[in-house]
Amino acid sequence: MTVGLVFVSHSARIAEGLVDLARQMAPDVALLAAGGTDDGGIGTSFDRIVSAIGQADTGDGAVLLCDLGSAILTAETALELLGDERRSRIVLVDAPLVEGGVAAAVAAQTGEDLAAVAAAARTAIGANATPSSVQEEPSGGAVGYARVVTVVNRDGLHARPAADFVKLASTFPTRVTVNGKDAKSLLAIMALGLVRGREVEIATEDPNGQAAVDALADLVASGFGED
Amino acid sequence: MSLGTDWVLDWVRASATVIAENRVELITLDREIGDGDHGENMDRGFSAVLATLDSVAGDALPADVLKLVGTTLISTVGGASGPLFGTAYLKAAGAVAGVAELDGSAVVELLRAARDGIVLRGKAEIGDKTMIDAWTPAVEAADAALAGGASEAQILRVAAEAAAAGAGATEPLVARKGRASYLGERAIGHRDPGAQSTSLLLRAAADVAARLAAA
Repeated sequence: MTVGLVFVSHSARIAEGLVDLARQMAPDVALLAAGGTDDGGIGTSFDRIVSAIGQADTGDGAVLLCDLGSAILTAETALELLGDERRSRIVLVDAPLVEGGVAAAVAAQTGEDLAAVAAAARTAIGANATPSSVQEEPSGGAVGYARVVTVVNRDGLHARPAADFVKLASTFPTRVTVNGKDAKSLLAIMALGLVRGREVEIATEDPNGQAAVDALADLVASGFGED
Repeated sequence: MSLGTDWVLDWVRASATVIAENRVELITLDREIGDGDHGENMDRGFSAVLATLDSVAGDALPADVLKLVGTTLISTVGGASGPLFGTAYLKAAGAVAGVAELDGSAVVELLRAARDGIVLRGKAEIGDKTMIDAWTPAVEAADAALAGGASEAQILRVAAEAAAAGAGATEPLVARKGRASYLGERAIGHRDPGAQSTSLLLRAAADVAARLAAA
C-alpha cells in the first residue's frame, strides 16, 4: 500500500521545499510538487496538478493538499475533470499545507491506506504547532502499563525522531499515549516539545499493550541513533 | 435572429481584445485589493484561447467553442479566474450542447449555467464582492428580458448593463471570498476585478450580437 501525495502551492519553491521536508520522514512515498504556473511564475497550473496526480496515484490513491485560493479552485477543477475511476482514489484535504503534508507523508510511509492518510492530514487542522511549555499531565484512569523514560538525544523528539516514533507506534494495534497524547499522531508528538532531558510517560490502558510501550520506550531511551 | 457559432467565435475574439485593452485597469483593480495578477492572468488566458481558435472545425457548434475556451482558460490563466471562468464556459457549453442556433431562451440558459458553474466552484454568494455580484444581476435581467419578448441581442444588452451595474455595486462592499477577504474593511471603495472582467466579457457578447443583428 503506497498512497502518494501532491502538494499544490502558488509557489514552486514552497511545493518543492515541502517535498524536501516530507521526504526526510517519508523516503519511499511518491511526493509530488505542483507549484507555480507553467512558466514558473506565482500561481497554479492545472496541467502541473493533473500531471502530479498521475504520478502520485499508482493505484492506491493520492491525497492533495493546497495552500490557498486558486490552488484549491484549480485542484477541485482538476479532480472534476479526471475520469471517475481515478477520481474515486483522490482525496483533496483542506488542512494546513505544511503540517498536514508532513503528517500525511508519515502516514503514507507507514503504509496506511487512503482514508488513513487523509485523516492524518486532517489532524493538522487547528493543530497547535507551537511546542507546549507546560508538561502534559499523565493520563489518569486505569493505566494497564506505563514506563517513564528520559529523552537523551540532542535535539529531542523533533521531526525525524518523532516520525520514527510514530512509525513504530503505528506498527502496533494498541492505543499508546505519550504524556497523554496519541503516540500515532505525529503533530501531537511534535507539539509536546520534548527536548533533551525531558521525562516522557509512555502508557497504555490495553492489558496486552506492554510490548508496544516497551518498544517505544526503548526507542526513546536509545536516542534514535543520534548523539 | 438566433445566434450561432459565428457569434460565439466573434464574442471570444472580442473578449480577447477587450481584456487586452483593459489589462492595466484590471491589474490596478486587483493590486488594490488582491494580488495584482488578474489582468495579466486573463490576458494570458484569452491570448491562449485566440491561438486555439484556428483549430475550430468549420462545422463546430457553439458548445464546441465554449468548451475549448473553458479548457484553455483552466489550463493557462494560472489564478483563481482560470477555474472560475473556465468552469463557467464549460457549464455554458453543457447548457447548449447539440444546439446550432441559440434562441433567447438558450442564451439565458447559457448565462445561467455559466453563473451556476462559478457558484459551484467558488461558493460565493451575492454580496460577497466577487464576480457573482455581476453575474447574478445579469442572469436575472436576461431572464426578465426573455419573458418580455426581447431578442437575443437585446437580452445580452440588458445582461451586460446589469453586470456593469453589479460590478460598480461591489465598490462599497467588504469582501467575503478570495484574496480581498483578508483586507476586511480596507476593501471598501474598490471595485472587484472579477466583477469588472465579467462586465467586460458580457459587454463584448452584447456588442457582437448587436453587430450581427444589424448586418
